[in-house]
Amino acid sequence: MSENQKVIEIEVLRYHPEKDKEPHKQVFEVPFTDDMSVLQGVQYIKDYLDGSLSFRWSCRMAICGSCGMMINGEPSLSCQTFLRDYYPARVRVEALSHFPIERDLVINMEGFIEKLESIQPYIIPKEPRTLAQGEYLQTPEQLNAYEQFSSCINCLLCYAACPQFGLNSSFIGPAATALLHRYNVDSRDGGKAERMELINSEEGVFNCTAVGYCSEVCPKHVDPANAVNQNKTNAAADYFLRFLAPKGGAK
Amino acid sequence: MKPTTLKRSNAPIFWALFGAGGMLSALLGPMLVFITGIAVPLGVVLPPDTMSYPHMLAFAKNFIGKGFIFAIIALFLWHAAHRIFHSLHDIGIHAGTGAKLLCYGTAMVGTLIAAYALLAIGF
Ligand code: SF4
Ligand code: FES
Repeated sequence: MSENQKVIEIEVLRYHPEKDKEPHKQVFEVPFTDDMSVLQGVQYIKDYLDGSLSFRWSCRMAICGSCGMMINGEPSLSCQTFLRDYYPARVRVEALSHFPIERDLVINMEGFIEKLESIQPYIIPKEPRTLAQGEYLQTPEQLNAYEQFSSCINCLLCYAACPQFGLNSSFIGPAATALLHRYNVDSRDGGKAERMELINSEEGVFNCTAVGYCSEVCPKHVDPANAVNQNKTNAAADYFLRFLAPKGGAK
Repeated sequence: MKPTTLKRSNAPIFWALFGAGGMLSALLGPMLVFITGIAVPLGVVLPPDTMSYPHMLAFAKNFIGKGFIFAIIALFLWHAAHRIFHSLHDIGIHAGTGAKLLCYGTAMVGTLIAAYALLAIGF
């Protein structure tokens, strides 16, 4: 360690369910260089200071979506958030808000996985298609309609940002709605009517009060709030017009 | 897995009233504040008797005037009720059925009073 080595304090929310009654904070002093991310900071803690610290990560380049944490209270990908931006103040890292903590910075994402399955995140063909019919063709406009909503990496920052999900965890939430929308507006897909049942339901889009913080924290510019809002209009149209045109998942 | 117990939400009714009220208040609210709160009381821009009793009574007796007054009162109320209800938790109140009844109930009562009054004035 050179003499002018900078050292930053990292405050970590710790929780080991087998011995801790509740989460508590622990402060570590971490030597760092200007190119180090918050993720690298907690990796330093694990490698040199306390091997029992648990957190998720994989790609280190904002692709895999596994390293989401609350950093100074803001939902962030720790691999693209830099320690230098907090120095000389202390930086606080905690597990993502609104989710049960499994261990330290690791959240339990089972509820989200169920939501992901419930939206049927795959193309449901309009009619059976044989190999001989070849590939689907799409125009640039048809691609445009859904492309943005397909870049979600399931990092769950938007759920940690959403006060309504915090109040009611059965709300389908921003990312799942964005992905649902991504399939509904795909010209190859014919599953919209089934998926609209979920949008229209009590778990659906009307839990949203248009806060918009989900889109602000999204590292992939998916703009989930936009998908939610478009589907409020869709759901309202379906609600009032279902008797005129009996389709669109009306029950 | 697909939840089999999905219940259709009735929120679109309240959301549509909220949306209509929001649109109307954004379009007309500032103008109404200007007319009723600034121009008429200070006697600027508009003639001083713009909102005199006979004028207003004639307006309220007119079919279109009635519709205008009713829409402004009712939709503004439904918009406010929805906004206030959903903002409660931001100030630390975890709103339940009681708060819901109070917010939307106020809007409902206001709507009924406005309708009654407008009809009672006659045509
Ligand atoms: S919508 Fe954005 S913030 Fe939400 S999970 Fe997907 S990538 Fe993350
Ligand atoms: S480690 Fe993959 S997104 Fe951060």
